[in-house]
Amino acid sequence: MDQFAVKVFVRLRPSVLDPAGEATKSASIKLGAEGIKSLRIGKMIEVKIEGNGEKEVREKIDLLCDRLFANTVIEDYEYSLEKL
Amino acid sequence: MDNFTVGVVVFPGSNCDRDVSWALEGCLDIRTKYLWHESSDLSDVDAIVLPGGFSYGDYLRCGAIARFSPLINALDEFVKSGKRVLGICNGFQILTESGFLPGALVANKNLNFICDDVELDIVSSKGGWFNNVDEKQTIKLPIAHGEGRYHCDSDTLKKLVDNELIALRYKNNPNGSSFDIAGITNEKGNVLGLMPHPERACDEIIGGTDGLFTLKSLILK
Repeated sequence: MDQFAVKVFVRLRPSVLDPAGEATKSASIKLGAEGIKSLRIGKMIEVKIEGNGEKEVREKIDLLCDRLFANTVIEDYEYSLEKL
Repeated sequence: MDNFTVGVVVFPGSNCDRDVSWALEGCLDIRTKYLWHESSDLSDVDAIVLPGGFSYGDYLRCGAIARFSPLINALDEFVKSGKRVLGICNGFQILTESGFLPGALVANKNLNFICDDVELDIVSSKGGWFNNVDEKQTIKLPIAHGEGRYHCDSDTLKKLVDNELIALRYKNNPNGSSFDIAGITNEKGNVLGLMPHPERACDEIIGGTDGLFTLKSLILK
């Protein structure tokens, strides 16, 4: 069995308003940071997972992302995968 | 309806389960039974309420974890059989996460947790959830949520409108919901999800009775 470290990024779809991102953008500007054009908040999920090769692990992660980690009505996801 | 029993689902973090039960039993004389979320035996209930609260602490997304409970897995057959399911607030979020209703509920536009009474237009009589107020067309119910902004894509919205699936719309949209949507039904009409709390409007002494009919309609066939 191979072990992989997976980092999943879940983001609100561009069409979905992100009020938390807007509030953080506003605070960033108050802090004095200049030039911020856009700020959106997502989630990062770290998973360590075992499987027989990368293909099998990707299938498992796809299922997890599609059914649990992200709600694809409002969110997109992508992930990176590193063999340990 | 002597033996008619409404199952009130209890998740870890539900906090309106007892309110729903009190409103049904105390105000409407309808028998209730609490259903722990790990139960998948729905054989002795005739309708189900998914109450408000913060199931599983709203971890990941509101309703996202509750969706995988044995009870929600068993709900598919219950809904297909035509029995009635009412999802209130967190219950509405669970119904969208689990695909019984389209769309999703996301953080309020102004980021506030809004606790208020709101005026609502009754848009559709599908399922008979609001039938008795046809002559009135507007009701007032309490809302209490941080993540109640209904969101769906334009194709879904068109489908909701074309098929008369929008049950309630806010008169003064408090949270930024698409098309002012406060509640929707499935196509058959036996599943209703709404952000406002009908169980908190069942007695004049606590500010109104506009929620009574919706709870009472759980016993409709």
